[in-house]
Amino acid sequence: MPAHDVLIIGAGLAGQRAALAAAQAGASVAIVSKVHPVRSHSVAAAGGINAALNPGDSWESHAFDTVKGSDYLGDQDAIEIMCRAAPDEILWLEHAGVTFHRDEAGRLGTRAFGGASAARTYYVADITGQAILHVLYEQLMKHHERVDRFEEWFTTELVQDDGGRCCGAIARDVRSGHLDAFRAKAVVLASGGAGQVFRPTTNALICTGDGMAQAYRIGAPLMDMEMIQYHPTTLAENGFLITEGARGEGAQLFNARGERFMERYAPNKLELASRDVVCRAEQTEIDEGRGFPDGTIALDITKVPRKRTLEALREIVNIGRDFAGVDITREPIHIKPGMHYIMGGVRAGTDGRTPVPGLYAVGEVACVSVHGGNRLGANSLLDTLIFGRRAGEHAAHHAVGLPMPRIEAARLRDAQAEIDALVARVPAPGSRRISHLKRELGETMNRYVAVYRDAAGLATAHEVVRRLKEEAPRAAIDDRGAVFNQDVLAAFELGYMLDVAEAIVLAAQERRESRGAQFRVDYPRRDDAGWLHHITVSRNGQEVPRTGTEPVAITRWQPQERTY
Amino acid sequence: MADYTLRVRRFDPEQTSGPYWQEFAVELEPHRSVLDAILTAKEELDGSLGIRCSCRAAICGSCGVRVNGRPALACNTHLRDATDAGPAADGSTATVTVEPMGNMPVLKDLIVDMDAVHWKKIHRVTPWLLNRRPVPEREYVVPHEDMVDVTQTMACIQCGACVSDCLSMEVDPEFVGPAAAAKAYRFVGDPRDAEQRQRLRDLAEDPHGIYDCTHCFMCIDACPKGVAPMSQIMRLRRISGSDHQIVDRNNGERHEEAFTTLVRDYGLLHEAELLPRSYGGNSWFGKFHPAAGLELVDSLPSIARAVARRKVKPTQALRGHRLARRDLDAVHAIFERVEGDARRHELNLYLSGVEEEAPAP
Repeated sequence: MPAHDVLIIGAGLAGQRAALAAAQAGASVAIVSKVHPVRSHSVAAAGGINAALNPGDSWESHAFDTVKGSDYLGDQDAIEIMCRAAPDEILWLEHAGVTFHRDEAGRLGTRAFGGASAARTYYVADITGQAILHVLYEQLMKHHERVDRFEEWFTTELVQDDGGRCCGAIARDVRSGHLDAFRAKAVVLASGGAGQVFRPTTNALICTGDGMAQAYRIGAPLMDMEMIQYHPTTLAENGFLITEGARGEGAQLFNARGERFMERYAPNKLELASRDVVCRAEQTEIDEGRGFPDGTIALDITKVPRKRTLEALREIVNIGRDFAGVDITREPIHIKPGMHYIMGGVRAGTDGRTPVPGLYAVGEVACVSVHGGNRLGANSLLDTLIFGRRAGEHAAHHAVGLPMPRIEAARLRDAQAEIDALVARVPAPGSRRISHLKRELGETMNRYVAVYRDAAGLATAHEVVRRLKEEAPRAAIDDRGAVFNQDVLAAFELGYMLDVAEAIVLAAQERRESRGAQFRVDYPRRDDAGWLHHITVSRNGQEVPRTGTEPVAITRWQPQERTY
Repeated sequence: MADYTLRVRRFDPEQTSGPYWQEFAVELEPHRSVLDAILTAKEELDGSLGIRCSCRAAICGSCGVRVNGRPALACNTHLRDATDAGPAADGSTATVTVEPMGNMPVLKDLIVDMDAVHWKKIHRVTPWLLNRRPVPEREYVVPHEDMVDVTQTMACIQCGACVSDCLSMEVDPEFVGPAAAAKAYRFVGDPRDAEQRQRLRDLAEDPHGIYDCTHCFMCIDACPKGVAPMSQIMRLRRISGSDHQIVDRNNGERHEEAFTTLVRDYGLLHEAELLPRSYGGNSWFGKFHPAAGLELVDSLPSIARAVARRKVKPTQALRGHRLARRDLDAVHAIFERVEGDARRHELNLYLSGVEEEAPAP
């Protein structure tokens, strides 16, 4: 049984940043990830990272944009912390080796991004997430004596002691099938989002909400789960992302009539309004018959000079060529809104602490809540790094004085028995395959819990999720081996996704107003008097989840009407 | 929809039977990817089929495999490009063959042990920034072009496709290899790094370092992200030899210099001169370097084979090739043009190939 001061689960940007911070603070650290760290989904973040670093810009402006973008559901105390810390974090990254692109004077260059009142997005071409993730991994390699890496270890559950304190996790070495208990004085969940609950999605296949469900199962409340971000520019067939950086560089949106329709929806910011606003505009155009026959909108990147596109939007040149057969420097590409990000997650404070003692959550798995009802582009990388660092530091300092917890051997035996039973499962007649259940879930969510929602659709979604939950434990398994048994992982992931989906649907049913990413056709107005609060979903030891509320922290920006 | 036969080389380490081939019939549109086909087989037919994959969009680097014998990402290889002729008209199906990557031990099915080879080599090149001091309070002020330049190597997704088919690594498993060398360039080309000379000396002096590459271009073909690892190796050599005058004990730098000067002087390679010059530079004295003699004795069998197969004529090899005056002048003109330019022109996908193109109609 490995034992560390701080155990970090997930090795994307949030997890790696937390690991480096905890090690820096003197803690012994283990970082466990179900994939090799550089495969983490942070790698796909394209456009950039926000910070008010330029003279003439201010953290207050960044914070206000974020508050407004969140449709006033973001917690302003947390947003202030994030935006104040952003410039130093950019410089830390720059000194660590991130190859941020420069302006003509050789200083850090910026590009424009949606919902922002200044060009404050720092970037590396359109591979910003990859560039930062790989540089953090360079730092992990550099500090290999201080951070133990467990790469390709799949966490199956979090472990609590008798007092309810989180004291570690059970994880399976994917390469050998060996199961072990990781003891730790503090556990930082950094396992990412849950995009695979939807189909299609921009998210990677690994984004299955593992950490959300694991925390939820031991009593941590999930918050803002109804807030699912659709991204305005995804490929129709497979949901692949076309970065907002394209619009930041000057690309424009057109309907099938050739109208630049954003003029009607957001006369000032046009294509660079908040993502929820642009998505609704596109969906309305499509629903009212002004889209293309395949239900899409045209994104015209030829408005950007070709040299600039090749230099700064290289990845989407590749994606257009490889996955849509389009040379984006020559012709428009067809896109539509697609599921991209979940604003909600495990409720966490500004040091990453969750209501479960000893358990922290950071990054997309967490809900601090800095994004509220709608995240601004290029704020998620910032969120992962700022709160990853803060949680790593806090956990390290807190862990120093604590004794190393114990995990009973029986606990590990029970977990092993569960997996043995799963591997030995004999398919019942008529039992469906995991992939079929997952597909039905994804298509259901994408149909009923999308840009526009209503009570009837949400009720249908809820029914489907309930039915799938009953069916999941009987799903067929093919692989009876130990080495890289991906069937076992898929079975666990399906269970996680169904828990997360249920929480999403419950929260969406509960919020009977329209705010941020939640647009209820049956309640089309924002209602600050009734609904300016977070919605939580928790299990509290019960099988049937319960919803609750948490106040929104408002420091200096009172809710106003939101126009772009 | 078209029918494809997916032929997969499988291996189950928990069985003693060794690797075997299995065929899966899948029906997919021709523009779908090889990964889609593998996942269809996995999801519909056999969940035990092992493959690493995550993003599906050629950015996470998980799904490096060999498709029809060539290294590629399964996710950005189209089925229609993976078959020789596409679905046959007579109703028979097209076959797509998928195997694990080469040069790395197979763990299961299409999954290889990247830690044992790829990541070990990445570690070898001190893969982190060694900051130039003093570290500025704000950002380092560096040219935009330099950051765009190293972005080409930063674009490496560590998929291992180049490692898979590196011919030098096949012969010398200790060779640092294309991916790690590209990673090294990412720091050598970074003006914020303080140890460029040390990094270059390290990789030049290592007998398995940058001079161990044989210019076979396989890694350039293999790379799905245009990193062009071999070009980065050549740039490391140029910077090492020309800018830092690092003369390595492997004679790599002198060998390259000998090549260049021979072509400059004779227009073509002068085989008999190459070996002694590689030891002694261009001086007459160098020709009598004792190591050159040993190497010559060592090389006699290869020379004999080359002569026997008529790859070289002894008279030509000894006396040098004769070029027409006009052709030789043309070669000289190329050298003058290139060497007369103060700037060094590098091929970089983020920079090149833009201005030459005509504007879109």
